[in-house]
Amino acid sequence: MTKFIGFITKETDFDFVGKRKYAYVFSAILAIASIASILIQGFNFGIDFRGGILMEVRSEKAMDIGEMRQKLDALNMGEITLQQIGSDSKEFLIHTLGRGDNESTQMVLVQKIKTALGSDFEFVKIDAVGPKVGSELVHKSTIAAILALLAIFIYIWVRFEWQFALGCTASLTFVLITTVGLFSIFQFDFNLNVVAAIMAVAGYSVNDTIVSYDRVRENLKKYRKMELLPLVNKSTNDTLSRTLLTSITTFFAVIILLILGGEALKGFSIAMLWGLVIGTFSSIYVAMPILSLFDVKKSMPVEEIPA
Amino acid sequence: MVKLSKWRMIVVGLVALLSVFFTLPNFFPKNMVEEKFPEWWQPVNLGLDLQGGSYLLLEVQTDVLIKEQLASMLDSVRSVLREAKIRYVDLRLDEDFVKVKILKADELQQAREIIAKINREDTTAETKGQEVFLSFTKQALIKMENSAAEQSVEIVRKRIDELGTREPSIQRQGTNRIQVQLPGITNPERVKQLLGKTAKMAFYLVDESTTPADAQRGKLPASSFLVSGEDGYAGQYVLKRSVVVGGEHLTDAGVTYDGGRPVVSFKFDTFGGKKFANATKENVGKRLAIVLDNKVISAPNIQTAIVGGSGIITGNFTSESARDLALMLRAGALPAPLEVVEERTVGPDLGADSIRSGEIACILSMLVVLAFMILAYGLFGLFADIALLFNVLMQVGMLSMLQATLTLPGIAGIALTIGMSVDANILIYERIREELKAGRSPLNSIEAGFGNAFSAILDSNLTSLFCAFILYVLGSGAVKGFGVTFAIGIVTTMFTAILMTKLLMMIWLKYRRPTSINI
Repeated sequence: MTKFIGFITKETDFDFVGKRKYAYVFSAILAIASIASILIQGFNFGIDFRGGILMEVRSEKAMDIGEMRQKLDALNMGEITLQQIGSDSKEFLIHTLGRGDNESTQMVLVQKIKTALGSDFEFVKIDAVGPKVGSELVHKSTIAAILALLAIFIYIWVRFEWQFALGCTASLTFVLITTVGLFSIFQFDFNLNVVAAIMAVAGYSVNDTIVSYDRVRENLKKYRKMELLPLVNKSTNDTLSRTLLTSITTFFAVIILLILGGEALKGFSIAMLWGLVIGTFSSIYVAMPILSLFDVKKSMPVEEIPA
Repeated sequence: MVKLSKWRMIVVGLVALLSVFFTLPNFFPKNMVEEKFPEWWQPVNLGLDLQGGSYLLLEVQTDVLIKEQLASMLDSVRSVLREAKIRYVDLRLDEDFVKVKILKADELQQAREIIAKINREDTTAETKGQEVFLSFTKQALIKMENSAAEQSVEIVRKRIDELGTREPSIQRQGTNRIQVQLPGITNPERVKQLLGKTAKMAFYLVDESTTPADAQRGKLPASSFLVSGEDGYAGQYVLKRSVVVGGEHLTDAGVTYDGGRPVVSFKFDTFGGKKFANATKENVGKRLAIVLDNKVISAPNIQTAIVGGSGIITGNFTSESARDLALMLRAGALPAPLEVVEERTVGPDLGADSIRSGEIACILSMLVVLAFMILAYGLFGLFADIALLFNVLMQVGMLSMLQATLTLPGIAGIALTIGMSVDANILIYERIREELKAGRSPLNSIEAGFGNAFSAILDSNLTSLFCAFILYVLGSGAVKGFGVTFAIGIVTTMFTAILMTKLLMMIWLKYRRPTSINI
């Protein structure tokens, strides 16, 4: 059978480590921008986090959006956003965000909106989240991320050396901050599915870093006399073809999800897409150079490896 | 000479067969599978976001329960102090304690002791100045919360079962939450109505020695209390504190009609029946109040002794409200009110749409990855493709076997693993390429390729598994579903990429005996 994709099989010798200073600057800018945006403008949290109501309604015939808005305004229940989906005036989104209402008024409002709109509509989807549940979620998600980082740090420490654990955790933290930062900078809707995607991104990024580290670990034993910087660079080149090939196949899957997944998976796909790119970048330019900052060679066990 | 490990062939073959076996029910019509197939051989369990239905998250209002308990402690404090003839002022209920001021300094110690005796196990009594504070211990509070949540789950289950909903799922979540999943229900209002009342019922005698108006002005005997009437039974009632019979002695309730009006009939257990008979015999001509959730729903005159252990409750009922009350009385009272803190409803059409687009996304990304692998690795790409197909089959098989719930993010997880799963193959193949370049024979290269790639595959997948596991533990609903498929995907990927691909390559080597391989 013939192969058509041969370009990646070539042995490469890019000078990744030599360009690390630029990469540091770039990474720093990205991280600072993310953190600044998170601190200054925060997130566009969806109802999952802030509490509120999200309804998707559909009708058989075209409806007058102005008339619908009047009906909703007449409820006098604060700001209710009404938005048309599609172009034929048959599908709408109704949206309220948590205003510190207590749980029960939230649920009552669902019923009120239903009655106000009347029987012309089919309620395709209704989500109502009380503000209490929402605020807990922020807390829970943060804990989840910290726990994941900790577990990964310990595992790598046990399987590799502490320098690797530090590098991998730093790289992962960078990926997490910039991915979350992306959602803050562009004010994309931040919902539960995004949290799932971010954990998947974390998984992918660690996966990527460990494959490179595994090669460093091996090369450290193989080329005992080689200086650390060239060795790290060689390891990056050794794993480059694999990194690219895997990124490409995963990229396909995510692009397809972005196109076909609909509104529900949009945030998920955006987070994944960005995570793929930044995860690959971070493995090469954050995780690898960090190793060269510490003397990994000293801590490696002295053992002879049969050639 | 290539040796094929028999065990490897058996394991791979067996897993492949099992995967096919457990995937099969997904291809039969749903009603047929449900009726004719055994419980352990069923299709994938679809989440509410895919099959349509309602999800409610209820919170047990334990603070209400604790307030109630404190109120009853307050009554006890009053009666023990009166009994001991200790003079006090300012007896009241504060945030989470009962407080009383003892007038005479030399009675303070004695007062503290008898107050502490009220419920020695669960409370602590402390003095500060001339005041005695009585509060629940931490353990007692936790115990109360715990048992309230447990009881509530049971009662919620009973009430929902009475509705005859198809396969409802009722689970406790955390300390004081209950998660209710109702597949196929797209209007949960009725369920919410049924869960909206604690339905605590009790019979009390009306205190005829005073009038509500006098009582409001402060002429309320210590042995009585003031209750307002249900809508339509406006006004206040003065009732004697001692309960005639409590709702816990009811064994059955139903709706009957009395003169064309709906009423609720009830039946007591033996103990309740006896107490009720005695109380009615001694109080003929007086009024008996029926109190539901701290409101009088009716207060009829006792005309004769009611001895049969059963009776009817008249009130301002419609047939529906009578039916609901009967249902709630049958299921039992909730220990504390429930509050809906989260509600999600998905219509069946949207669920079906999601499944369809999820399927298309999975199939499409599979096709793309399949083609890509062949383009990149030729024949070996084909081996990886066969492994990928089995990988997806195994995932669906495992999901079906474990009866794990598949959600929309879960489908995204499958699509994602399709893209990521070839990673292990790529790692191995790139290694084999390197070994070939180093001048090894095909067999040696393949062995070395698998061997050298193994540590990377293991370490990277195990750490990803951490992320999946944490998502599963901390996530809820749809996110949990993603954690499940993500984790299953990692396990199946390791299996197919390492064991299955290698087996395919070995079989090929054995029968083709190539002198060189083109990877």
